Amino acid sequence: MLGPGVPWYLAVSGVLFAIGATGVLLRRSPLIVLLSLEIMLNASNLALVGFSRLLGAVDGQVFAIGVMAVAAAEVTVGLGLIVAFARRDMELDVDALTELRG
Amino acid sequence: MGNFLVWVIWIVAALACLGTGMAVVGFTNPFYSALSLIGNLASLAVLYLLASAEFVAAAQILVYAGAVMVMFLFVIAYLGGRADAPWAGGGRWLQLAALVAGAALLVEVVVALLLKAGGRLSDEAAVSGSFGSPAEIGKLFLTDHLLAFEITSIVLLVAAVGGVVLGMRSDAEGERS
Repeated sequence: MLGPGVPWYLAVSGVLFAIGATGVLLRRSPLIVLLSLEIMLNASNLALVGFSRLLGAVDGQVFAIGVMAVAAAEVTVGLGLIVAFARRDMELDVDALTELRG
Repeated sequence: MGNFLVWVIWIVAALACLGTGMAVVGFTNPFYSALSLIGNLASLAVLYLLASAEFVAAAQILVYAGAVMVMFLFVIAYLGGRADAPWAGGGRWLQLAALVAGAALLVEVVVALLLKAGGRLSDEAAVSGSFGSPAEIGKLFLTDHLLAFEITSIVLLVAAVGGVVLGMRSDAEGERS
């Protein structure tokens, strides 16, 4: 394998996952929480691709594509929720969004 | 010499990936955050390519950096790109707790993973030239992972219907039974 080995990929994946998790915990805007969630999903995708390369099996990449499809679905629903919040003139703040049918 | 070049490209891509990731979390303007995430996805696609996952890299650029992020930017533009506070509400203790939790996760994931398993991760299997090609992935999708493939289509359908329902005009709510 040219270039860095699989442990390097996993290190980048772990750091990226921690960055995304920190973003989810730290930020108040639901938009940025969603973006941070995407970072976490992509970090796990990087780990999947790295392990797939380590084992020489393509199944990890198949799984990564599945994660991408599920992430697209999740973004659709999440953005729909955010647009619904905005249309009802609710404050876009995850700490303030505590009621359903508020 | 070729190996050195690959190392340089890999390090640049990895640093760009981590830098844009921190930028996504750090920017106050959601629009800048979304643009940073596009850079993040592009640098991750470079890492995928160097791990010989060509199809995943192409799908990453097309699906993620293309379709999903365009939808994100549309929604941010629709909301007028309201800036929010860069840190969580609820006072300094919550911020500190969030940072400590993130750091703990970092230590757990990176140190535990690499120190415990580092020795066993270094001998990669030899792969053929067709490793990661669309043909191989498609073959697996239609044989071993057929059920996951079909369930994913149902998930996408449900998400599309859910997006339409959530986006309905609120004055039509009384007409839905």
